[in-house]
Amino acid sequence: MGIEISNEQIQELEAKAKDVRRWIIKMLAEAGSGHPGGSLSSTDIITALYFKIMNHRPADPKWEDRDRFVLSKGHCCPALYAVLALSGYFPTDELMRLRKLDSFLQGHTDMLSTPGVEISAGSLGQGLSIAGGMALAGKLNHKDYHVYVVLGDGESQEGQVWEAAMACPHYKLDNLCAFLDYNKLQIDGPVAEVMNIAPLVDKFRAFGWHTIEIDGHNMNQIIQATNEAKNTRGKPTMVIAHTIKGKGVSFMEGKVEWHGVAPSKEERDKALEELQ
Amino acid sequence: MVELMATRDAYGKTLVKLGKENQEIVVLDADCSSSTRTSMFREAFPDRFFNFGVAEANMIGFATGLATCGKIVFASTFAVFGSCRVFDQVRTSIAWPKLNVKIVVTHAGISVGEDGASHQAIEDIALMRSLANMTVIVPADGIETEKAIIACSKISGPFYIRLGRAKFPIVFSDDYEFKIGKGTILKDGKDATIIAIGLMVFEALQAASDLEKEGISTRVINMSTIKPIDKEIIIQAAQETRAIVTCEEHSIIGGLGSAVAEVLVENCPVPMKRIGAPDKFGFSATPAELLERFGMKSTHIVKAVKEVVSKK
Ligand SMILES: Cc1ncc(C[n+]2csc(CCOP(=O)(O)OP(=O)(O)O)c2C)c(N)n1
Ligand SMILES: [Mg+2]
Repeated sequence: MGIEISNEQIQELEAKAKDVRRWIIKMLAEAGSGHPGGSLSSTDIITALYFKIMNHRPADPKWEDRDRFVLSKGHCCPALYAVLALSGYFPTDELMRLRKLDSFLQGHTDMLSTPGVEISAGSLGQGLSIAGGMALAGKLNHKDYHVYVVLGDGESQEGQVWEAAMACPHYKLDNLCAFLDYNKLQIDGPVAEVMNIAPLVDKFRAFGWHTIEIDGHNMNQIIQATNEAKNTRGKPTMVIAHTIKGKGVSFMEGKVEWHGVAPSKEERDKALEELQ
Repeated sequence: MVELMATRDAYGKTLVKLGKENQEIVVLDADCSSSTRTSMFREAFPDRFFNFGVAEANMIGFATGLATCGKIVFASTFAVFGSCRVFDQVRTSIAWPKLNVKIVVTHAGISVGEDGASHQAIEDIALMRSLANMTVIVPADGIETEKAIIACSKISGPFYIRLGRAKFPIVFSDDYEFKIGKGTILKDGKDATIIAIGLMVFEALQAASDLEKEGISTRVINMSTIKPIDKEIIIQAAQETRAIVTCEEHSIIGGLGSAVAEVLVENCPVPMKRIGAPDKFGFSATPAELLERFGMKSTHIVKAVKEVVSKK
């Protein structure tokens, strides 16, 4: 079982991801606040999920049999919002109302406001447990859907992540595939300096996960990882995705300062030029 | 003799009953199932019971995910852990998105007894009451527990239901009609009103009967839904009896006493006194000894009623 992908389709996905990045920059500049770094590092994963991997219906966001996507690191919602808009969940014009009064695009995801958003988040560390609950419900309801999660590397310092790391293999949730956006940075600096979480593959393997290590900006590797997850029986899959924080915008790449600051108008124009 | 029943026993039995009727009900626990009595559900429906071990935050996360997929989720542990330990998880993941999760906790209040302060939740009502979208219920006995559990299972949304460890005296009869958000007058009176919850309802009834003998006619209200609180019954009691005493197995800060005071201050201020844990942690002792030391026995309620009546 697996998704076949041609070189042409890969190029299409890459173009889509570039489009998503452009929207992230535009919407953050317009909002005047928000989180570019982690949005850009997880863009390729979220783009591949919505435009190639997941079974979903933008016109029917609550379709029972849909695959679910949980963005555990809620601050990276600009990437999700852009992908949802480009998928057709709502018009792209709405993206420019991010974080504004009465907008349905809240600063951190609100599942009651935004079509297509599966959980309310913003307090880190909870998404893996929630995705586990969705996967468990899938088993109980004899549904074939898959549940995908993106969590942060800094986020993985939360104890609850490791509670969930224990529980998902315990309940043999092989319909769950998590991506750890390993961009090596958090707010206060490099993850390895703030509180080291390495070695991640060894840790998750020891907890009973099927683990895969990939380049989180390589569309083919992202898709192959989900194929492998679908073919893995009896345990959940953790994809350790090596990424670059701020990916795609040279002056943001690998810069801790771009965690939670919006680009100015000049910076926006410079970034958009690079993303042509 | 008064009949005794632990509210947690009523909970376990009711879960089994509901489990038979509704396949969508699932029950979660965090290694306390033999104490919370969710073990009864586990034995009846092993495929719909999930233990998460000593990991309450993760249990709340799984509850969230299950609820987003249409399950009716009951999640149980001791009151301290089901409130203080997981407050942020409940706030962000369950209360904000109004998910259908019933957090039913046991071992609330000081009647936990010998386990001491670490296990005596006296802050949980204050915490849960502060959350938007959350309904907070404290049943007075086993009969009300059964009715409250059934009622909440039929309404989608987040609930916090607070049960005890000890056996509570039965105060209701089987034909009692429980309504979420409605207080009940258990005994009428015209000189003062005692508003009570949980185990304290029995003490309040005892106090009212003693006061009657001294010629003080006292109304007793069971206020099992603390949120949303029944404003009308409070305002009416204030207008008609002009003196109020609240009784709860909880800190006097933030719980029933505070909720009642908020209504009174804005609508009909009258002399009032709050009985409960007086901004102090508990300690190891028997439940009876603790109630005595904290000034929460019927004799203390009698004194408090006389005090507010004298201030009218
Ligand atoms: C429980 C919690 N603590 C603190 C924060 C504040 N916070 C927001 S983002 C962040 C750093 C997250 O780092 P990481 O998971 O690596 O995210 P990314 O690099 O992908 O942006 C922190 C500490 C929060 N949102 N939630
Ligand atoms: Mg990071």
